[in-house]
Amino acid sequence: MASSFSRILSSKRNIGILSLVGGSVTAGFLLHRDHVSAEHVRRRYPASAEFPDLRKHNNCMASNLTPAIYAKLCDKATPNGYTLDMAIQTGVDNPGHPFIKTVGMVAGDEESYEVFADLLDPVIKERHNGYDPKTMKHPTDLDSSKIQSGQFDERYVLSSRVRTGRSIRGLSLPPACTRAERREVERVVVDALSGLKDDLVGKYYSLTQMTEKEQQQLIDDHFLFDKPVSPLLTCAGMARDWPDARGIWHNNEKTFLIWINEEDHTRVISMEKGGNMKRVFDRFCRGLKEVERLIQERGWEFMWNERLGYILTCPSNLGTGLRAGVHVKLPLLSKDPRFSKILDNLRLQKRGTGGVDTAAVGGVFDISNLDRLGQSEVQLVQTVIDGVNYLIECEKRLERGQDIKVPAPIKQFK
Amino acid sequence: MPFGNTHNNFKLNYKVEEEYPDLTKHNNHMAKVLTKELYGKLRDKQTPSGFTVDDVIQTGVDNPGHPFIMTVGCVAGDEESYEVFKDLFDPVISDRHGGYKPSDKHKTDLNFENLKGGDDLDPNYVLSSRVRTGRSIKGLTLPPHTSRGERRLIERLSVEALTSLDGEFKGKYYPLKSMTDAEQEQLINDHFLFDKPVSPLLTCAGMARDWPDARGIWHNDNKTFLVWVNEEDHLRVISMQQGGNMREVFRRFCVGLQRIEEIFKKHNHGFMWNEHLGYILTCPSNLGTGLRGGVHVKLPKLSTHPKFEEILTRLRLQKRGTGGVDTASVGGVFDISNADRLGSSEVEQVQLVVDGVKLMIEMEKKLEKGEAIDSMIPAQK
Repeated sequence: MASSFSRILSSKRNIGILSLVGGSVTAGFLLHRDHVSAEHVRRRYPASAEFPDLRKHNNCMASNLTPAIYAKLCDKATPNGYTLDMAIQTGVDNPGHPFIKTVGMVAGDEESYEVFADLLDPVIKERHNGYDPKTMKHPTDLDSSKIQSGQFDERYVLSSRVRTGRSIRGLSLPPACTRAERREVERVVVDALSGLKDDLVGKYYSLTQMTEKEQQQLIDDHFLFDKPVSPLLTCAGMARDWPDARGIWHNNEKTFLIWINEEDHTRVISMEKGGNMKRVFDRFCRGLKEVERLIQERGWEFMWNERLGYILTCPSNLGTGLRAGVHVKLPLLSKDPRFSKILDNLRLQKRGTGGVDTAAVGGVFDISNLDRLGQSEVQLVQTVIDGVNYLIECEKRLERGQDIKVPAPIKQFK
Repeated sequence: MPFGNTHNNFKLNYKVEEEYPDLTKHNNHMAKVLTKELYGKLRDKQTPSGFTVDDVIQTGVDNPGHPFIMTVGCVAGDEESYEVFKDLFDPVISDRHGGYKPSDKHKTDLNFENLKGGDDLDPNYVLSSRVRTGRSIKGLTLPPHTSRGERRLIERLSVEALTSLDGEFKGKYYPLKSMTDAEQEQLINDHFLFDKPVSPLLTCAGMARDWPDARGIWHNDNKTFLVWVNEEDHLRVISMQQGGNMREVFRRFCVGLQRIEEIFKKHNHGFMWNEHLGYILTCPSNLGTGLRGGVHVKLPKLSTHPKFEEILTRLRLQKRGTGGVDTASVGGVFDISNADRLGSSEVEQVQLVVDGVKLMIEMEKKLEKGEAIDSMIPAQK
């Protein structure tokens, strides 16, 4: 067992080096499905005795997991030992809500997306509006110069923010990582971040070692993340060993922030008060590319391939992993019965000002892109800019007593 | 989460110090015992079913504990855990169970006739009496580690055994996942229904996985004998009734348990038991008898007396609120039960409850009359 492991580990590092020399296309090729060997797991009971009872469930995993798929995959494991039962545990434990369809499964490592493709591919297709990982390619574009009219009317837009996640290739993801791997993620990322310059110069605050004063400051800045309480995350094992190897890095200007070892290896956030989404996205792209360069210098790289884009823990965050959004005042529009349809057609979603699963306060909404996979970062941010501008126009019209129109639905990748 | 063999071997590629948990801020029995060296010694081991030391300690790593309340911080995934990880469990057991040594033998005594008295606790003070324990089915893994297939087998075996009971034990099984609203309402009103665990002590150990699959409640028609299936242990067996006739509660407890055990043995599934640790359960704190015998008793004056805690300690009793562990008492009513589980028998532990509660009621009566109780305070039992 140990010798086959070391072969796999060294081949991952070789892929890292190859990607420096031959580009990430080579790396992507080598991680193609055929080359990932699935380990086999000893089982005591037949698949039929183990198949979960999903009759009361409403999530993407439950909609797609048949007894046949379960039987085929239940005795397989990724090279690191992650199994199907582990991947689906969160979806078994959280039946979901009739109105809100959660994903219901996670990846424990990059190879999960290959070894459990028979389940993950249809889940991805359902969650990402028909994107077929077997036949389609995901475009990555971090050239922020392509963005047009990215300055919002600041009488309406209070703040602008873009976030994504990045995973370090060769290390297991939060549901599966061991303490040593998690600590290695922290070390690799913090080391790279210390090389950032100019407006990106910053400091790391480890959750285990921050002072009370630092903690209070981070709370006041709305930067501090807490131990996850959502059972969607805890049932997937992401809160294990908290707060070991978790922390927050931010630049001195407090406009570029990185969470380490929360729901993903890293969550990268660019934000500002006001409506200058263009500048927020500029910094986002610049910062991401710098961080990528710095980790590559040290022999590491991000998990990425051309069918799924950036690989993250939750299948809902594949592709760009990008959520670009604003806090915007829409007191009149939000009460209009056409509001939801307008958002739908613009491919936007609303959240409360506390983030996912919170309520709006004072007519202020968090409006962001719905899609993650199948369109590039530039395309998605442009969608948000165009969409939010349209929403502000609607609000202004309603203020003047004029009527508004529901826009035609935007075409998706298909 | 229970990891299989492959995952544990993968971890061994990292050095001990890289994997050793940070326990500097922790206050639980596991954290006090698990040095880096001990972790290094145990980390390449696993039980035949694949339970590893990281599985054992995860709950204790995730729950640093409280300066005042010392939790155990580790669980067993199967019977063999207590053997394979002996170097961790033995000192934890010793700390938790008053210095119990690896060479000590535990006495089992479920002969209710050996109990003296217990049928005359003053019903003006004692509102209800209850005895509970747990049992594990030999050969199967425990709740932190069971797969769905195994948990369903435990349910099947338990339901078969329970539904074959008759006489005062004739009853019915209510699976959690298919009970009707009316049944659920009734079970709540009877104070029988158990919920999905919310305590992180249990959820971090993986005991709430797949809820409510293969979980359920069985009780007799008289509503005096109740069994929980697949909650924190394979079986939790409870005998209870209103009033202070602890003797009757204990009789029914012993008889019912023995009937159930006979049926399991007939089908070649005995209970996990050995002469050193007694009955084997998930949490090391419940080894031995696994027995908690107690009453809900009104002690408004005694409970505010400065010597209350000391009296309890000397009587080898503990107090809890009327909602059970980690709840507050309401209206001066306390849940008083035995503190010990391992190293004394069932009869001995219930005797301590019966004698101790009787004495405390006498003290309460004295305090009601404005008299002192200092002469009544007992020596350490």
